Amino acid sequence: MITLAKKLLSDASGKANLDVGDIIICNVDLAMIHDSGGPRRVKPILERLNRNVWDNEKIVVVTDHYVPAKSDETRAIQALTKKWVKDNQINNFYDEQGICHVVLPERGHLTPGLFCVGGDSHSPTGGAFGAYMFGIGATEMAGVLATGSIWIKTPETILMSWKNQLHKYVTAKDMMLAMCRKIGMGGGRYQAIQFAGETIRNLPMQERMTLSNMAAELGAQAGLIAPDETTIAYVEAAGGQVPNNWRNFQIETVEDTRNRMQFDAANLSPQIAAPHSPENSDDADEFQNTAFDVAYIGACTGAKYIDLLAAAEVLKGKRIAKGVTLKVAPASLRDQHRATEDGIMQVLEDAGAEFLANSCGICAGYGEDRLAEGQVCISSTARNFKGRMGAQSSSVYLASPYTVAASAVTGKLTDPRLVMGE
Amino acid sequence: MPRLWRFEGTIDTDILAPGFYMKSPLHELARHCLEAVRPDFARSVVKGDVLLANANMGVGSSREQAAEVLKYLGISAVIAPSFAGIFYRNAINLGLPVFTIDEKLMSIPALADGAEIEFNFDDAELQILDNATCIKLIPLPNFLKKLILDGGLVPHLEKRFEQEETQS
Ligand code: SF4
Repeated sequence: MITLAKKLLSDASGKANLDVGDIIICNVDLAMIHDSGGPRRVKPILERLNRNVWDNEKIVVVTDHYVPAKSDETRAIQALTKKWVKDNQINNFYDEQGICHVVLPERGHLTPGLFCVGGDSHSPTGGAFGAYMFGIGATEMAGVLATGSIWIKTPETILMSWKNQLHKYVTAKDMMLAMCRKIGMGGGRYQAIQFAGETIRNLPMQERMTLSNMAAELGAQAGLIAPDETTIAYVEAAGGQVPNNWRNFQIETVEDTRNRMQFDAANLSPQIAAPHSPENSDDADEFQNTAFDVAYIGACTGAKYIDLLAAAEVLKGKRIAKGVTLKVAPASLRDQHRATEDGIMQVLEDAGAEFLANSCGICAGYGEDRLAEGQVCISSTARNFKGRMGAQSSSVYLASPYTVAASAVTGKLTDPRLVMGE
Repeated sequence: MPRLWRFEGTIDTDILAPGFYMKSPLHELARHCLEAVRPDFARSVVKGDVLLANANMGVGSSREQAAEVLKYLGISAVIAPSFAGIFYRNAINLGLPVFTIDEKLMSIPALADGAEIEFNFDDAELQILDNATCIKLIPLPNFLKKLILDGGLVPHLEKRFEQEETQS
């Protein structure tokens, strides 16, 4: 039995019987680029190569990093992006519609079996849909855009096998922070990590996306989840084309049983990762009484519809504590609209939240809301490296939207179960 | 005569291309390459020298410059029992030879820091001249070999497109 990673790579390369370490050339089904690493970086290389893009229908461009563009420099980047999109007749252009890793699946671009690359390090998010997707730099992206293909070294698979049900107020984010602690930031060794087991099968798609997204934090190339009925229902609702053979990708095997790691959801409490690494995680109640200034619900990792819903569950009928601010940047315009219709945005507003644009915002250390010197933040984002979200002296704790919201209510880092009386 | 630079500990992208100098031009950044562990490295390294590092070489961020500075300084090959994935990709795409070595060979005394060496890219062999030892590295697949010989991905594609044009 071959692994899911090998099956996907085998299909993309046309080569059967792949061994770990085999170098293959894969045909790219979809290439995603954004305003920061995209047109402005690849354009000069494509010009040097004297090439146009290989297939304008297989390229998706998203503006999300320098949004809203408030300086001359960032306005110039957006203008360049728009011109490049027009010149290259890219129809799949999502201008200020939300963060790339969320926009891509919600518009039906990701389906099981695809081989995709993204010009962003959190591109493994696509693995949640049973697609092989990974992040590459600008030089490589230019190569892909010119040729439609890329080389890849067949990776080994590490299987993160989860059993039992998550407790209430415990999420995929908590699972991920626990995995970061267990195997470390480089623990994935650029292999394909696959999330499997009954806990995963019971997660909705946007929660699965959080796991695949942060496969990047585990040092993996890809973060795969085998497709099931939940995947297919999501893809169909998003208007994507489900391949007839999608069941062929229902594979959960490893080459070496030593690469199968067992986790028990029943033993998992809400997690918080201390500055400045996601692997500094521990049970949330170990951090109680830690003060902070800003609570942030944002990013592709932690501000999707399901994350906004979680925050609202905690904040309903409550107010945030004096002396702290709560900033919410919904990950996509669509998710924000849905949350508005469902009354979620109203709950957040009544609790005292401020809203920011549907973009990377503070997560990328961009914009006037970035953290000031010495500020402490509890955040639903993926990374808390030193200085990432603002000033060098600022610091970031990572947690789930439940935990961020509960902390906003008490003004101290808080296990959400305490606020909810569980 | 080219020499072997052997590094202990884990060499991450911040040690190779320190964040503080990332905004500087490449030649400036290169002056600070590995200075946290070997302050004399950038000054003393000569063209053709080979770098030997421990497992998970180049772990850290995706910055291409971590590989680019080594190439700029004239390193003819980076050898390690394993590489961080993005560093490995970046090195090859920028035309810097990277070779994997069997972990067991790392304890051979001849693989000493400062040893005079001769490196053979084609045969993936490292000759230690002082005591006439030949270390066999894990050969690169032909495709990657070609990519490196062409000078990296962009020159490789330039060459390929030229050939396609003359053929058509
Ligand atoms: S929200 Fe943050 S993690 Fe996600 S793409 Fe933007 S900068 Fe990257």
